[in-house]
Amino acid sequence: MSYAEETEDIALHEPKGFYSKYVWSQDHKVIAIQYSLTAIVAGLVALVLSGLMRMQIGFPGSLEFMDANTYYQAMTMHGMIMVIYLLTALFLGGFGNYLIPLMVGARDMVFPFVNMLSFWFYLLSVIILFASFFVPGGPTGAGWTLYPPQAITAGTPGAEWGIVLMLVSLAVFIVAATMGGLNYVTTILQARTYGMSLFRMPLSVWGIFMATILALLAFPALFVSAVMMLFDRLLGTSFFMPEMISMGQQLDHKGGSPILFQHLFWFFGHPEVYIVALPAFGLVSDILSVHSRKKIFGYKMMVWAIIAIGVLSFIVWAHHMYVSGMNPYFGFFFATTTLIIAVPTAIKVYNWVLTLWKGDIHLTVPLLFAVAFIFTFLAGGLTGLFLGNVVVDVPLSDTYFVVAHFHMVMGVAPILVVFGAIYHWYPKITGRMLNDTIGKLHFWITFLGTYAIYFPMHYLGILGMPRRYYDSSEYEFIPQSAHDLNAFITIAAIIVGVAQILFLYNLFHSYFKGKKSGNNPWKAASLEWMTTETPPIHGNWGEKLPVVHRWPYDYSVPGVKEDFVDQTVSETQLQAMIESQKVKS
Amino acid sequence: MNTSYLLKESNTNDDGDDDSQGNLSRSWGNNPENHNLHNKTGLRILLLVISSLFFLFIIAFLIRSQLSDWEHLSEPWKPLAQPWQLWINTASLVVASIFFQSARFLSRRIDVGNATQYQKDFRIAFQCLILGGIFTITFLAGQLYVWREFVQLGYYINANPANSFFYLFTGMHGLHLLGGMIAWSMTVSRVWNGASLEHLKVKIDLCAIYWHYMLGLWLVLMFFLTSSPETYATLARLCGL
Repeated sequence: MSYAEETEDIALHEPKGFYSKYVWSQDHKVIAIQYSLTAIVAGLVALVLSGLMRMQIGFPGSLEFMDANTYYQAMTMHGMIMVIYLLTALFLGGFGNYLIPLMVGARDMVFPFVNMLSFWFYLLSVIILFASFFVPGGPTGAGWTLYPPQAITAGTPGAEWGIVLMLVSLAVFIVAATMGGLNYVTTILQARTYGMSLFRMPLSVWGIFMATILALLAFPALFVSAVMMLFDRLLGTSFFMPEMISMGQQLDHKGGSPILFQHLFWFFGHPEVYIVALPAFGLVSDILSVHSRKKIFGYKMMVWAIIAIGVLSFIVWAHHMYVSGMNPYFGFFFATTTLIIAVPTAIKVYNWVLTLWKGDIHLTVPLLFAVAFIFTFLAGGLTGLFLGNVVVDVPLSDTYFVVAHFHMVMGVAPILVVFGAIYHWYPKITGRMLNDTIGKLHFWITFLGTYAIYFPMHYLGILGMPRRYYDSSEYEFIPQSAHDLNAFITIAAIIVGVAQILFLYNLFHSYFKGKKSGNNPWKAASLEWMTTETPPIHGNWGEKLPVVHRWPYDYSVPGVKEDFVDQTVSETQLQAMIESQKVKS
Repeated sequence: MNTSYLLKESNTNDDGDDDSQGNLSRSWGNNPENHNLHNKTGLRILLLVISSLFFLFIIAFLIRSQLSDWEHLSEPWKPLAQPWQLWINTASLVVASIFFQSARFLSRRIDVGNATQYQKDFRIAFQCLILGGIFTITFLAGQLYVWREFVQLGYYINANPANSFFYLFTGMHGLHLLGGMIAWSMTVSRVWNGASLEHLKVKIDLCAIYWHYMLGLWLVLMFFLTSSPETYATLARLCGL
């Protein structure tokens, strides 16, 4: 392993006590764990909310407290928490924080104090959001898209307090994400170690890097819409609120444009899909390569595909608004750009499959999750092609087909990567392996279970079953078979939800009782596995920084004893290794 | 992102073979000298985010301005027809920006070897820094005065969307300047407590970049707030609205 010739003289904010080490920590690894645990707790709340919703859909009236208002509140909070407070926070704040400095060979993020603030702002945003469960009227029930005028009009659940807390929480979250994002981008651009050129970075870093750029440019759109809606709600302005009568009363608002909100929201909302997806693409690429012992197929193509997807994601937003009404030429434009984005995405899918092709595939838990991701993303992506076309989207738009599509593509697929990545990097984070048997059980229940939930929803959608209905039992056009299918989906959802206890148990149990992992249990070639200690110590690399001589995908290298060559091995060292192997044989 | 740098750094072919040993010297590394560069890069990325934010506010402004209930504030007899107070405020911000630039210029040319000249330049640079902050406070006070004038004339925030955008733009811009003032006050207090010259130089540099940006942003916002209805209509048409 190569090290830099000189040590550096950098203040590393060495923790001095319990609080500076575990609470007010400026260490990227601790911040990553803080982010991840908070996000997982938030995600568990959202999971419970989805269970409650499914009980109402599958077995209407089975929960006494579930009225229409509660249903819509559960739906809204479930959606927003899962998309923003779980997935975005976990991929960027969790994996981004943990992996970026380790993968690029930095000692920490370049602005550790700002990084710490980022987490505390994130926690504050979660607290503000969850506070809405306890205010008069409860949380907002406007749907996760928060469309005005409904969101701030009397009669909508949470129109008094809930929506205000939601908007403030989002604004605070955006401040947190911006502070984190500044760190990630600057660290990747300027704190890479010696020899770590951009095209030697693992695809995980590329995915998180591009997703962060998207977040930095797209979150302002959500901030703008949140601030303007807060003005409408609290100060009586009419940015989005049209002239209208509510509860028999003429409101003071007039002339505002609800469509303007939709444009702003989706200008954020569509890149948000890729803010979640691009890190998942990167992480899954690394997992596939390590566990199939093969170099990633078409590395540069993968990088350019990530960049292309990121750029294109800014010019497709209005495909979420086909049914809101727009100039037909706009519809044509957005349908075209939407279909074009399938090209770089398809390149990535092909390359993942070709990475597996003739690889020395180890059916480890991370690999199982990664392969499951490919299937799920493909299924969700293909239905996206349906919905990207205006004429197909219009009849399907308000049905369960859309619910199935977006859950497959940006719910289940990224969550499968989250699980795969946790199984893969847990040994580095804790120094212990997760239990393999529990992991496989967790995988099969989750994978098959989510298909049992979402595959039938496509049929329900094509059947015309409307989404968002609190109680669909009284409608003649919905046949009994659809109700039976809904009951089946609910049972599957409950099983999948409960099965996550396996995962939580595995996390906690293995932390204390898991098998010791050593430094590099997967025999991976990328830099994060080359730390002097596991878990990595404060400052990551000991006295001197590592020097990088190659990309992170040198697997199954001929003539080498181990079947991989790590990033710190120089050409001279490699030749020596090959020569010594020849002599031995 | 600087793509030429990206291409220059690419020493690895698609199979990841190491085809050059020379890349070590080209790497950024994790050197302390780069910390100043980190700060500048971080600030520039932040300015990019702020640009995105105000770009979207302006697009919303243009879209909303084309709806029928919009009452232009720049029409005759309206408060922004002759915005002399805004021009005075703008002048304050220009002066603040000039002082920050002067402080930046002086801090760059400071010669540590010449003790007398060093003391003099250091003192003037510090004074420029203080004056830059004072003129910024003048600008913010002037903006608050304009708000009070608006309220006294009956141009409340909820009376018309044009008024709403006036308060929104000036308020958001003012909040960003206040954020800058926090950084400014931290810099001043560090100098007061005897921070190193190197430290002062970097911080003044960052303040100057931020203030120039805030001045440019204010000029753009003022252009939109005070333009004629025909200008809005033309811009909206150009944007396909």
